[in-house]
Amino acid sequence: MRLSDLERAMLAGDHGAAVKSAIEHQVRVGEFFGAADFVPVTQAHIMADTESLGEAGVAWVESLAKNDPGARVRVPTIMDPRGTDFAKTAVLKQPGWAVDLERRAVGAFSRLGILMTDTCINYQTIQAPARGESVAFGDTGVVIYSNSACGARSNFEGGPSALAAGLTGRTPRYGFHLDEARRASVRIRADWTPVTLNDWGALGAVVGRLAGNYWAVPVVEGLARAPGSDELKHFGAAMASFGSIALFHLVGITPEAARLEDVGGEKLSVLKVIKEQDIRALQSDYAGEKEIDVVVFSAPQLSLYELRMLAGLCEGRRFVKPLLAITSPQVKPDADRFGLTERIERAGGHVLSGMCFYQSYAREIAEANGWKRLATNSTKLVNILGGYGYVPLLATMERCVEAAEKGRLP
Amino acid sequence: MKQFLARQAMGRKVRGQALVARDGFSARYDLDRIAGTFSRPTHKLAGESYRDRILVLDTVKGGVASAWMLREMASRGVVPLALVFNSANPIIAQGAAFGDITLVAGFDGDITSQVPHGATVEIDPAARTLRVVE
Repeated sequence: MRLSDLERAMLAGDHGAAVKSAIEHQVRVGEFFGAADFVPVTQAHIMADTESLGEAGVAWVESLAKNDPGARVRVPTIMDPRGTDFAKTAVLKQPGWAVDLERRAVGAFSRLGILMTDTCINYQTIQAPARGESVAFGDTGVVIYSNSACGARSNFEGGPSALAAGLTGRTPRYGFHLDEARRASVRIRADWTPVTLNDWGALGAVVGRLAGNYWAVPVVEGLARAPGSDELKHFGAAMASFGSIALFHLVGITPEAARLEDVGGEKLSVLKVIKEQDIRALQSDYAGEKEIDVVVFSAPQLSLYELRMLAGLCEGRRFVKPLLAITSPQVKPDADRFGLTERIERAGGHVLSGMCFYQSYAREIAEANGWKRLATNSTKLVNILGGYGYVPLLATMERCVEAAEKGRLP
Repeated sequence: MKQFLARQAMGRKVRGQALVARDGFSARYDLDRIAGTFSRPTHKLAGESYRDRILVLDTVKGGVASAWMLREMASRGVVPLALVFNSANPIIAQGAAFGDITLVAGFDGDITSQVPHGATVEIDPAARTLRVVE
Protein backbone atom coordinates (compact mmCIF):
# COMPACT_ATOMS: atom_id res chain seq x y z
CA MET A 1 0.00 0.00 0.00
CA ARG A 2 1.09 3.55 -0.68
CA LEU A 3 1.55 5.28 2.69
CA SER A 4 1.71 8.97 3.57
CA ASP A 5 4.38 10.37 5.89
CA LEU A 6 1.88 10.30 8.74
CA GLU A 7 0.97 6.67 8.05
CA ARG A 8 4.64 5.67 7.88
CA ALA A 9 5.20 7.39 11.23
CA MET A 10 2.25 5.49 12.69
CA LEU A 11 3.69 2.24 11.38
CA ALA A 12 7.08 3.09 12.88
CA GLY A 13 5.51 3.53 16.31
CA ASP A 14 5.93 7.30 16.51
CA HIS A 15 2.31 7.68 17.58
CA GLY A 16 2.36 4.99 20.23
CA ALA A 17 2.00 1.25 20.49
CA ALA A 18 -1.79 1.17 20.07
CA VAL A 19 -1.71 3.16 16.82
CA LYS A 20 1.20 1.05 15.52
CA SER A 21 -0.72 -2.14 16.20
CA ALA A 22 -3.84 -0.64 14.60
CA ILE A 23 -2.21 0.40 11.35
CA GLU A 24 -0.30 -2.89 11.08
CA HIS A 25 -3.67 -4.65 11.22
CA GLN A 26 -5.10 -2.28 8.61
CA VAL A 27 -2.19 -2.80 6.23
CA ARG A 28 -2.64 -6.60 6.44
CA VAL A 29 -6.32 -6.25 5.56
CA GLY A 30 -5.69 -3.58 2.91
CA GLU A 31 -3.04 -5.64 1.16
CA PHE A 32 -5.30 -8.71 1.21
CA PHE A 33 -7.88 -6.74 -0.79
CA GLY A 34 -5.36 -4.92 -2.98
CA ALA A 35 -6.02 -1.46 -1.49
CA ALA A 36 -3.84 1.19 -3.13
CA ASP A 37 -3.82 3.48 -0.11
CA PHE A 38 -5.81 4.67 2.90
CA VAL A 39 -8.87 6.91 2.91
CA PRO A 40 -9.45 9.29 5.85
CA VAL A 41 -12.65 8.62 7.80
CA THR A 42 -14.75 11.11 9.73
CA GLN A 43 -16.19 8.67 12.26
CA ALA A 44 -16.04 5.06 13.35
CA HIS A 45 -18.61 2.73 14.92
CA ILE A 46 -17.52 -0.39 16.80
CA MET A 47 -19.45 -3.63 17.20
CA ALA A 48 -18.02 -5.26 20.32
CA ASP A 49 -20.44 -7.38 22.32
CA THR A 50 -18.64 -9.46 24.90
CA GLU A 51 -20.12 -12.72 23.64
CA SER A 52 -18.03 -12.11 20.52
CA LEU A 53 -14.95 -10.73 22.28
CA GLY A 54 -14.84 -13.33 25.00
CA GLU A 55 -12.46 -12.86 27.91
CA ALA A 56 -9.52 -12.85 25.48
CA GLY A 57 -10.94 -9.95 23.49
CA VAL A 58 -11.77 -7.88 26.56
CA ALA A 59 -8.27 -8.48 27.95
CA TRP A 60 -6.81 -7.39 24.62
CA VAL A 61 -8.77 -4.10 24.66
CA GLU A 62 -7.71 -3.55 28.28
CA SER A 63 -4.10 -4.13 27.30
CA LEU A 64 -4.21 -1.37 24.67
CA ALA A 65 -4.81 1.33 27.27
CA LYS A 66 -2.57 -0.35 29.85
CA ASN A 67 0.43 -0.66 27.52
CA ASP A 68 -0.11 2.75 25.91
CA PRO A 69 -1.79 5.02 28.48
CA GLY A 70 -1.95 7.93 26.02
CA ALA A 71 -3.85 5.98 23.40
CA ARG A 72 -7.02 7.75 22.28
CA VAL A 73 -9.16 7.56 19.15
CA ARG A 74 -8.42 10.33 16.61
CA VAL A 75 -11.93 10.66 15.16
CA PRO A 76 -15.34 10.41 16.84
CA THR A 77 -15.75 6.72 17.56
CA ILE A 78 -19.03 5.36 18.84
CA MET A 79 -20.27 2.02 20.13
CA ASP A 80 -22.80 -0.56 18.95
CA PRO A 81 -25.28 -1.98 21.51
CA ARG A 82 -23.77 -3.59 24.58
CA GLY A 83 -24.62 -7.01 25.92
CA THR A 84 -26.97 -5.82 28.63
CA ASP A 85 -29.03 -2.98 30.03
CA PHE A 86 -27.39 -2.71 33.44
CA ALA A 87 -30.71 -1.50 34.92
CA LYS A 88 -32.53 -4.61 33.69
CA THR A 89 -30.17 -7.53 34.27
CA ALA A 90 -32.67 -9.03 36.73
CA VAL A 91 -35.38 -9.03 34.04
CA LEU A 92 -33.06 -10.80 31.63
CA LYS A 93 -31.57 -13.14 34.27
CA GLN A 94 -28.15 -12.86 32.68
CA PRO A 95 -25.29 -14.71 34.37
CA GLY A 96 -23.18 -12.61 36.71
CA TRP A 97 -19.96 -13.38 34.86
CA ALA A 98 -21.45 -11.95 31.66
CA VAL A 99 -22.45 -8.72 33.35
CA ASP A 100 -18.99 -8.46 34.95
CA LEU A 101 -17.34 -8.95 31.55
CA GLU A 102 -19.58 -6.23 30.13
CA ARG A 103 -18.45 -3.81 32.85
CA ARG A 104 -14.80 -4.55 32.07
CA ALA A 105 -15.39 -3.96 28.36
CA VAL A 106 -17.19 -0.67 28.95
CA GLY A 107 -14.28 0.51 31.10
CA ALA A 108 -11.65 -0.55 28.59
CA PHE A 109 -13.33 1.09 25.58
CA SER A 110 -14.05 4.27 27.55
CA ARG A 111 -10.36 4.62 28.45
CA LEU A 112 -9.57 4.80 24.72
CA GLY A 113 -11.88 7.81 24.31
CA ILE A 114 -14.70 5.90 22.67
CA LEU A 115 -18.16 7.38 23.13
CA MET A 116 -20.31 4.62 24.60
CA THR A 117 -23.42 5.45 22.58
CA ASP A 118 -24.50 1.79 22.64
CA THR A 119 -26.65 2.05 19.55
CA CYS A 120 -27.16 0.39 16.18
CA ILE A 121 -29.39 3.22 14.93
CA ASN A 122 -26.79 5.99 15.09
CA TYR A 123 -28.00 7.17 11.68
CA GLN A 124 -31.33 8.01 13.37
CA THR A 125 -30.04 9.21 16.72
CA ILE A 126 -26.41 10.44 16.67
CA GLN A 127 -25.38 11.75 13.24
CA ALA A 128 -26.27 10.34 9.85
CA PRO A 129 -23.31 10.38 7.47
CA ALA A 130 -23.62 12.49 4.33
CA ARG A 131 -23.38 11.38 0.71
CA GLY A 132 -19.78 10.59 -0.22
CA GLU A 133 -18.58 10.69 3.40
CA SER A 134 -16.07 7.94 4.15
CA VAL A 135 -16.68 6.24 7.48
CA ALA A 136 -15.64 3.02 9.23
CA PHE A 137 -18.82 1.47 10.59
CA GLY A 138 -19.42 -1.89 12.23
CA ASP A 139 -22.88 -3.48 12.62
CA THR A 140 -24.10 -4.62 9.21
CA GLY A 141 -27.40 -2.77 9.60
CA VAL A 142 -25.57 0.50 10.20
CA VAL A 143 -23.31 -0.04 7.19
CA ILE A 144 -26.06 -0.94 4.74
CA TYR A 145 -28.26 1.99 5.81
CA SER A 146 -25.36 4.46 5.68
CA ASN A 147 -24.15 3.25 2.28
CA SER A 148 -27.58 2.95 0.70
CA ALA A 149 -29.97 5.48 2.26
CA CYS A 150 -27.30 8.11 2.99
CA GLY A 151 -24.84 7.51 0.13
CA ALA A 152 -21.93 7.31 2.58
CA ARG A 153 -18.99 4.95 2.06
CA SER A 154 -18.10 2.09 4.37
CA ASN A 155 -17.19 -1.56 4.28
CA PHE A 156 -18.29 -3.92 7.01
CA GLU A 157 -15.71 -3.00 9.64
CA GLY A 158 -15.54 -5.70 12.29
CA GLY A 159 -14.73 -4.59 15.84
CA PRO A 160 -10.91 -4.78 15.61
CA SER A 161 -10.89 -2.89 12.29
CA ALA A 162 -13.37 -0.22 13.38
CA LEU A 163 -11.30 0.33 16.52
CA ALA A 164 -8.17 0.54 14.37
CA ALA A 165 -9.89 3.13 12.16
CA GLY A 166 -10.80 5.15 15.23
CA LEU A 167 -7.18 5.08 16.42
CA THR A 168 -5.64 5.96 13.03
CA GLY A 169 -8.46 8.07 11.54
CA ARG A 170 -8.38 6.12 8.28
CA THR A 171 -9.21 2.81 6.67
CA PRO A 172 -7.86 0.89 3.66
CA ARG A 173 -9.41 2.12 0.41
CA TYR A 174 -11.09 -0.97 -1.05
CA GLY A 175 -14.62 -2.27 -1.59
CA PHE A 176 -17.39 0.29 -1.12
CA HIS A 177 -14.97 3.21 -0.84
CA LEU A 178 -14.42 2.79 -4.60
CA ASP A 179 -16.84 4.07 -7.26
CA GLU A 180 -16.69 0.89 -9.33
CA ALA A 181 -17.74 -1.34 -6.42
CA ARG A 182 -20.89 0.72 -5.92
CA ARG A 183 -22.39 -0.05 -9.35
CA ALA A 184 -25.38 -2.38 -9.37
CA SER A 185 -24.64 -6.03 -10.07
CA VAL A 186 -28.08 -7.61 -9.52
CA ARG A 187 -31.30 -6.14 -10.91
CA ILE A 188 -34.56 -6.97 -9.17
CA ARG A 189 -38.09 -5.77 -9.79
CA ALA A 190 -40.62 -5.46 -6.98
CA ASP A 191 -44.11 -6.23 -8.17
CA TRP A 192 -45.56 -5.48 -4.75
CA THR A 193 -44.77 -2.75 -2.23
CA PRO A 194 -44.54 -3.72 1.45
CA VAL A 195 -47.00 -2.37 3.99
CA THR A 196 -45.72 -3.18 7.47
CA LEU A 197 -42.23 -3.05 8.95
CA ASN A 198 -41.90 -6.82 8.89
CA ASP A 199 -43.02 -6.81 5.25
CA TRP A 200 -40.13 -4.46 4.49
CA GLY A 201 -37.81 -6.76 6.41
CA ALA A 202 -39.07 -9.76 4.48
CA LEU A 203 -38.53 -8.00 1.15
CA GLY A 204 -34.99 -7.18 2.28
CA ALA A 205 -34.44 -10.83 3.19
CA VAL A 206 -35.67 -12.04 -0.21
CA VAL A 207 -33.40 -9.55 -2.00
CA GLY A 208 -30.49 -10.52 0.24
CA ARG A 209 -30.91 -14.22 -0.50
CA LEU A 210 -31.06 -13.51 -4.24
CA ALA A 211 -27.99 -11.27 -4.25
CA GLY A 212 -26.17 -13.66 -1.97
CA ASN A 213 -22.74 -12.26 -1.15
CA TYR A 214 -20.96 -9.21 0.19
CA TRP A 215 -19.74 -7.91 -3.15
CA ALA A 216 -23.17 -8.00 -4.82
CA VAL A 217 -25.04 -4.69 -5.14
CA PRO A 218 -28.76 -5.17 -5.77
CA VAL A 219 -30.77 -2.44 -7.49
CA VAL A 220 -34.51 -2.67 -6.91
CA GLU A 221 -37.06 -1.01 -9.19
CA GLY A 222 -40.83 -0.92 -9.15
CA LEU A 223 -41.61 0.19 -5.60
CA ALA A 224 -44.82 2.21 -5.52
CA ARG A 225 -43.65 4.59 -2.82
CA ALA A 226 -40.53 5.68 -0.97
CA PRO A 227 -40.04 3.88 2.34
CA GLY A 228 -39.51 5.91 5.51
CA SER A 229 -36.47 5.66 7.75
CA ASP A 230 -37.81 2.84 9.95
CA GLU A 231 -38.92 0.89 6.87
CA LEU A 232 -35.50 1.31 5.26
CA LYS A 233 -33.93 0.27 8.56
CA HIS A 234 -35.79 -3.07 8.63
CA PHE A 235 -35.33 -3.58 4.87
CA GLY A 236 -31.56 -3.03 5.01
CA ALA A 237 -30.93 -4.88 8.26
CA ALA A 238 -32.68 -7.99 6.94
CA MET A 239 -30.90 -7.79 3.58
CA ALA A 240 -27.53 -7.56 5.32
CA SER A 241 -28.41 -10.43 7.63
CA PHE A 242 -29.72 -12.81 4.96
CA GLY A 243 -27.23 -11.95 2.23
CA SER A 244 -24.25 -10.18 3.86
CA ILE A 245 -25.15 -7.25 1.59
CA ALA A 246 -23.58 -3.85 2.36
CA LEU A 247 -25.13 -1.63 -0.32
CA PHE A 248 -28.38 -1.53 -2.29
CA HIS A 249 -29.99 0.99 -4.58
CA LEU A 250 -33.71 1.78 -4.92
CA VAL A 251 -34.43 3.45 -8.24
CA GLY A 252 -35.75 6.97 -7.79
CA ILE A 253 -35.37 6.75 -4.02
CA THR A 254 -31.83 6.25 -2.74
CA PRO A 255 -29.35 9.03 -3.52
CA GLU A 256 -27.04 7.32 -5.99
CA ALA A 257 -29.85 5.85 -8.12
CA ALA A 258 -32.09 8.70 -9.21
CA ARG A 259 -32.30 6.76 -12.49
CA LEU A 260 -31.60 3.07 -13.16
CA GLU A 261 -28.74 4.00 -15.47
CA ASP A 262 -27.02 6.05 -12.74
CA VAL A 263 -25.85 2.76 -11.20
CA GLY A 264 -25.52 0.80 -14.43
CA GLY A 265 -28.75 -1.11 -13.85
CA GLU A 266 -30.00 -0.74 -17.43
CA LYS A 267 -27.19 -3.06 -18.56
CA LEU A 268 -28.48 -5.88 -16.32
CA SER A 269 -31.36 -8.17 -17.06
CA VAL A 270 -33.98 -8.58 -14.34
CA LEU A 271 -32.95 -11.54 -12.20
CA LYS A 272 -36.28 -11.87 -10.44
CA VAL A 273 -39.67 -10.18 -10.19
CA ILE A 274 -40.59 -10.33 -6.51
CA LYS A 275 -44.31 -10.75 -5.88
CA GLU A 276 -46.33 -10.60 -2.68
CA GLN A 277 -46.36 -14.41 -2.60
CA ASP A 278 -42.53 -14.40 -2.33
CA ILE A 279 -42.77 -12.21 0.75
CA ARG A 280 -45.49 -14.36 2.28
CA ALA A 281 -43.46 -17.50 1.57
CA LEU A 282 -40.50 -16.15 3.49
CA GLN A 283 -42.73 -15.07 6.37
CA SER A 284 -44.36 -18.51 6.46
CA ASP A 285 -40.93 -20.03 7.19
CA TYR A 286 -41.20 -18.30 10.57
CA ALA A 287 -44.81 -19.15 11.41
CA GLY A 288 -44.42 -22.67 12.69
CA GLU A 289 -46.15 -22.24 16.04
CA LYS A 290 -48.87 -20.13 17.63
CA GLU A 291 -47.99 -20.46 21.33
CA ILE A 292 -45.23 -18.06 22.40
CA ASP A 293 -42.92 -17.64 25.40
CA VAL A 294 -41.69 -14.09 24.84
CA VAL A 295 -42.14 -11.12 22.52
CA VAL A 296 -39.07 -9.11 21.52
CA PHE A 297 -38.80 -5.88 19.54
CA SER A 298 -35.12 -5.39 18.74
CA ALA A 299 -32.54 -5.70 15.95
CA PRO A 300 -32.46 -2.92 15.05
CA GLN A 301 -33.17 -0.89 18.19
CA LEU A 302 -36.53 0.89 18.10
CA SER A 303 -36.85 4.51 17.06
CA LEU A 304 -38.99 6.97 18.98
CA TYR A 305 -41.71 6.54 16.36
CA GLU A 306 -41.69 2.75 16.71
CA LEU A 307 -41.98 3.10 20.50
CA ARG A 308 -44.87 5.53 19.99
CA MET A 309 -46.62 2.98 17.78
CA LEU A 310 -45.96 0.24 20.32
CA ALA A 311 -47.22 2.33 23.23
CA GLY A 312 -50.47 2.91 21.36
CA LEU A 313 -50.92 -0.82 20.84
CA CYS A 314 -50.30 -1.51 24.55
CA GLU A 315 -53.21 0.67 25.71
CA GLY A 316 -55.78 -1.25 27.76
CA ARG A 317 -53.88 -4.54 27.62
CA ARG A 318 -52.34 -6.74 30.33
CA PHE A 319 -49.60 -9.06 29.17
CA VAL A 320 -49.36 -12.68 30.25
CA LYS A 321 -46.04 -13.18 28.47
CA PRO A 322 -42.91 -10.99 28.71
CA LEU A 323 -42.63 -8.25 26.08
CA LEU A 324 -39.23 -6.61 25.65
CA ALA A 325 -38.88 -3.39 23.63
CA ILE A 326 -35.25 -2.44 23.11
CA THR A 327 -34.11 1.01 22.12
CA SER A 328 -31.04 3.22 22.22
CA PRO A 329 -29.83 5.32 25.16
CA GLN A 330 -30.54 8.40 23.04
CA VAL A 331 -34.22 7.51 22.47
CA LYS A 332 -34.99 6.13 25.94
CA PRO A 333 -35.00 9.49 27.79
CA ASP A 334 -37.45 10.89 25.25
CA ALA A 335 -39.60 7.78 25.55
CA ASP A 336 -39.60 8.37 29.31
CA ARG A 337 -40.39 12.10 28.96
CA PHE A 338 -43.26 11.51 26.57
CA GLY A 339 -44.81 8.76 28.70
CA LEU A 340 -44.20 6.01 26.14
CA THR A 341 -42.14 3.87 28.53
CA GLU A 342 -44.83 4.13 31.20
CA ARG A 343 -47.59 3.12 28.77
CA ILE A 344 -45.66 0.05 27.62
CA GLU A 345 -44.63 -0.98 31.14
CA ARG A 346 -48.13 -0.40 32.53
CA ALA A 347 -49.26 -3.24 30.28
CA GLY A 348 -46.49 -5.44 31.67
CA GLY A 349 -43.82 -4.85 29.05
CA HIS A 350 -40.24 -3.76 29.60
CA VAL A 351 -38.40 -0.99 27.77
CA LEU A 352 -34.65 -1.65 27.72
CA SER A 353 -31.92 0.50 26.28
CA GLY A 354 -28.32 0.29 25.11
CA MET A 355 -28.38 -3.41 24.25
CA CYS A 356 -29.56 -5.69 21.49
CA PHE A 357 -31.34 -8.95 22.19
CA TYR A 358 -29.15 -11.27 20.15
CA GLN A 359 -25.93 -9.69 21.44
CA SER A 360 -26.99 -10.18 25.05
CA TYR A 361 -26.19 -13.83 25.70
CA ALA A 362 -29.39 -14.97 23.97
CA ARG A 363 -28.71 -18.65 24.64
CA GLU A 364 -28.10 -18.15 28.36
CA ILE A 365 -31.16 -15.96 28.92
CA ALA A 366 -33.32 -18.42 27.00
CA GLU A 367 -32.27 -21.18 29.39
CA ALA A 368 -32.64 -18.98 32.49
CA ASN A 369 -36.13 -17.77 31.54
CA GLY A 370 -37.49 -20.83 29.77
CA TRP A 371 -37.84 -18.89 26.52
CA LYS A 372 -37.96 -20.86 23.28
CA ARG A 373 -40.82 -19.60 21.09
CA LEU A 374 -40.05 -15.96 20.41
CA ALA A 375 -42.33 -13.61 18.47
CA THR A 376 -40.94 -10.49 16.82
CA ASN A 377 -41.52 -8.18 13.89
CA SER A 378 -37.79 -8.16 13.06
CA THR A 379 -36.87 -10.28 10.06
CA LYS A 380 -33.21 -9.88 11.00
CA LEU A 381 -33.86 -11.28 14.46
CA VAL A 382 -35.68 -14.40 13.26
CA ASN A 383 -32.76 -15.14 10.93
CA ILE A 384 -30.28 -14.96 13.78
CA LEU A 385 -32.09 -16.62 16.65
CA GLY A 386 -32.58 -20.01 15.07
CA GLY A 387 -28.88 -20.54 15.65
CA TYR A 388 -29.39 -19.88 19.37
CA GLY A 389 -31.97 -22.62 19.84
CA TYR A 390 -35.09 -20.44 19.63
CA VAL A 391 -38.18 -21.09 17.53
CA PRO A 392 -38.45 -17.59 16.01
CA LEU A 393 -41.89 -16.43 14.88
CA LEU A 394 -42.29 -13.44 12.56
CA ALA A 395 -45.42 -11.31 12.77
CA THR A 396 -46.56 -7.71 12.63
CA MET A 397 -46.09 -5.51 15.67
CA GLU A 398 -49.85 -5.64 16.22
CA ARG A 399 -49.95 -9.46 16.23
CA CYS A 400 -46.89 -9.65 18.50
CA VAL A 401 -48.54 -7.35 21.07
CA GLU A 402 -51.70 -9.45 20.95
CA ALA A 403 -49.57 -12.54 21.48
CA ALA A 404 -48.06 -11.02 24.62
CA GLU A 405 -51.61 -10.45 25.91
CA LYS A 406 -53.11 -13.82 24.92
CA GLY A 407 -50.05 -16.07 25.06
CA ARG A 408 -50.42 -17.05 21.43
CA LEU A 409 -50.27 -15.40 18.04
CA PRO A 410 -53.69 -14.57 16.58
CA MET B 1 -0.46 -33.35 -7.18
CA LYS B 2 -3.02 -30.60 -7.80
CA GLN B 3 -2.11 -26.97 -7.13
CA PHE B 4 -4.39 -23.93 -7.12
CA LEU B 5 -3.51 -20.24 -7.19
CA ALA B 6 -5.42 -17.86 -4.92
CA ARG B 7 -5.96 -14.20 -5.70
CA GLN B 8 -5.94 -13.21 -2.02
CA ALA B 9 -3.83 -14.63 0.80
CA MET B 10 -2.53 -13.88 4.29
CA GLY B 11 -0.91 -15.70 7.16
CA ARG B 12 1.56 -18.52 7.74
CA LYS B 13 2.35 -21.59 5.65
CA VAL B 14 0.30 -24.54 6.97
CA ARG B 15 -0.41 -28.17 6.18
CA GLY B 16 -3.41 -30.16 7.38
CA GLN B 17 -6.54 -32.11 6.65
CA ALA B 18 -9.29 -30.39 4.66
CA LEU B 19 -12.96 -30.21 5.62
CA VAL B 20 -14.74 -29.38 2.38
CA ALA B 21 -18.33 -28.31 1.72
CA ARG B 22 -20.21 -26.07 -0.68
CA ASP B 23 -21.68 -24.08 2.19
CA GLY B 24 -21.11 -20.78 3.97
CA PHE B 25 -19.28 -19.86 7.16
CA SER B 26 -20.26 -17.77 10.15
CA ALA B 27 -18.43 -18.15 13.45
CA ARG B 28 -21.48 -16.96 15.40
CA TYR B 29 -24.21 -18.95 13.69
CA ASP B 30 -22.55 -22.11 12.41
CA LEU B 31 -20.22 -23.15 15.23
CA ASP B 32 -20.27 -24.49 18.75
CA ARG B 33 -17.14 -22.56 19.61
CA ILE B 34 -16.62 -24.33 22.92
CA ALA B 35 -16.87 -27.86 21.53
CA GLY B 36 -15.09 -26.89 18.33
CA THR B 37 -17.75 -28.35 16.03
CA PHE B 38 -20.13 -27.17 13.34
CA SER B 39 -23.41 -26.93 15.23
CA ARG B 40 -25.99 -25.46 12.84
CA PRO B 41 -28.06 -28.53 11.96
CA THR B 42 -28.50 -27.52 8.32
CA HIS B 43 -24.79 -26.92 7.71
CA LYS B 44 -23.20 -29.54 5.46
CA LEU B 45 -20.40 -30.03 8.02
CA ALA B 46 -22.79 -30.33 10.99
CA GLY B 47 -21.22 -32.38 13.77
CA GLU B 48 -17.69 -32.24 12.32
CA SER B 49 -14.81 -30.96 14.44
CA TYR B 50 -13.05 -28.00 12.88
CA ARG B 51 -10.15 -27.90 15.32
CA ASP B 52 -6.80 -27.78 13.45
CA ARG B 53 -8.57 -28.52 10.15
CA ILE B 54 -8.35 -26.53 6.94
CA LEU B 55 -11.88 -25.38 6.10
CA VAL B 56 -12.64 -25.21 2.37
CA LEU B 57 -15.98 -23.46 1.92
CA ASP B 58 -17.86 -21.31 -0.53
CA THR B 59 -18.22 -17.92 1.10
CA VAL B 60 -18.71 -16.01 4.33
CA LYS B 61 -22.15 -15.39 5.82
CA GLY B 62 -23.53 -13.54 8.78
CA GLY B 63 -22.49 -10.38 10.54
CA VAL B 64 -19.38 -8.80 11.92
CA ALA B 65 -18.87 -10.97 15.01
CA SER B 66 -16.41 -13.33 13.31
CA ALA B 67 -13.86 -10.51 13.34
CA TRP B 68 -13.56 -10.85 17.13
CA MET B 69 -14.40 -14.53 17.44
CA LEU B 70 -11.51 -16.04 15.49
CA ARG B 71 -8.98 -14.57 17.94
CA GLU B 72 -11.03 -15.72 20.91
CA MET B 73 -11.16 -19.22 19.41
CA ALA B 74 -7.40 -19.10 18.80
CA SER B 75 -6.78 -18.05 22.42
CA ARG B 76 -8.30 -21.39 23.52
CA GLY B 77 -6.63 -23.41 20.78
CA VAL B 78 -10.01 -24.47 19.36
CA VAL B 79 -9.68 -22.94 15.94
CA PRO B 80 -9.31 -24.00 12.30
CA LEU B 81 -5.76 -24.23 10.99
CA ALA B 82 -6.70 -22.21 7.91
CA LEU B 83 -9.68 -20.87 5.99
CA VAL B 84 -10.18 -21.27 2.24
CA PHE B 85 -13.07 -19.61 0.39
CA ASN B 86 -14.24 -19.05 -3.13
CA SER B 87 -15.06 -15.53 -1.97
CA ALA B 88 -13.94 -13.77 1.21
CA ASN B 89 -15.55 -10.67 2.68
CA PRO B 90 -13.91 -7.96 4.81
CA ILE B 91 -15.04 -9.47 8.09
CA ILE B 92 -13.26 -12.77 7.60
CA ALA B 93 -10.13 -10.98 6.38
CA GLN B 94 -10.19 -8.67 9.40
CA GLY B 95 -10.81 -11.62 11.72
CA ALA B 96 -8.02 -13.67 10.19
CA ALA B 97 -5.61 -10.74 10.42
CA PHE B 98 -6.60 -10.13 14.05
CA GLY B 99 -6.51 -13.80 15.00
CA ASP B 100 -3.37 -14.64 13.00
CA ILE B 101 -5.12 -17.36 11.00
CA THR B 102 -4.12 -18.33 7.48
CA LEU B 103 -6.69 -17.28 4.87
CA VAL B 104 -6.76 -17.72 1.10
CA ALA B 105 -9.57 -16.90 -1.31
CA GLY B 106 -10.46 -16.37 -4.94
CA PHE B 107 -9.67 -19.23 -7.33
CA ASP B 108 -10.35 -20.09 -10.95
CA GLY B 109 -13.38 -22.33 -10.59
CA ASP B 110 -15.15 -23.60 -7.50
CA ILE B 111 -12.46 -24.62 -5.00
CA THR B 112 -14.96 -26.70 -2.98
CA SER B 113 -15.45 -29.02 -5.96
CA GLN B 114 -11.72 -29.39 -6.62
CA VAL B 115 -10.33 -30.27 -3.19
CA PRO B 116 -11.43 -33.72 -1.94
CA HIS B 117 -13.01 -33.84 1.51
CA GLY B 118 -10.45 -35.24 3.95
CA ALA B 119 -7.44 -34.61 1.70
CA THR B 120 -4.17 -33.33 3.11
CA VAL B 121 -3.51 -29.87 1.73
CA GLU B 122 -0.67 -27.37 2.05
CA ILE B 123 -1.21 -23.61 1.88
CA ASP B 124 1.60 -21.16 1.21
CA PRO B 125 0.19 -17.61 1.48
CA ALA B 126 3.45 -16.01 0.33
CA ALA B 127 3.16 -17.91 -2.96
CA ARG B 128 -0.67 -17.75 -2.84
CA THR B 129 -0.85 -21.48 -3.48
CA LEU B 130 -3.00 -24.33 -2.20
CA ARG B 131 -1.64 -27.81 -2.97
CA VAL B 132 -3.46 -31.10 -2.52
CA VAL B 133 -0.66 -33.26 -1.13
CA GLU B 134 -2.43 -36.61 -0.65
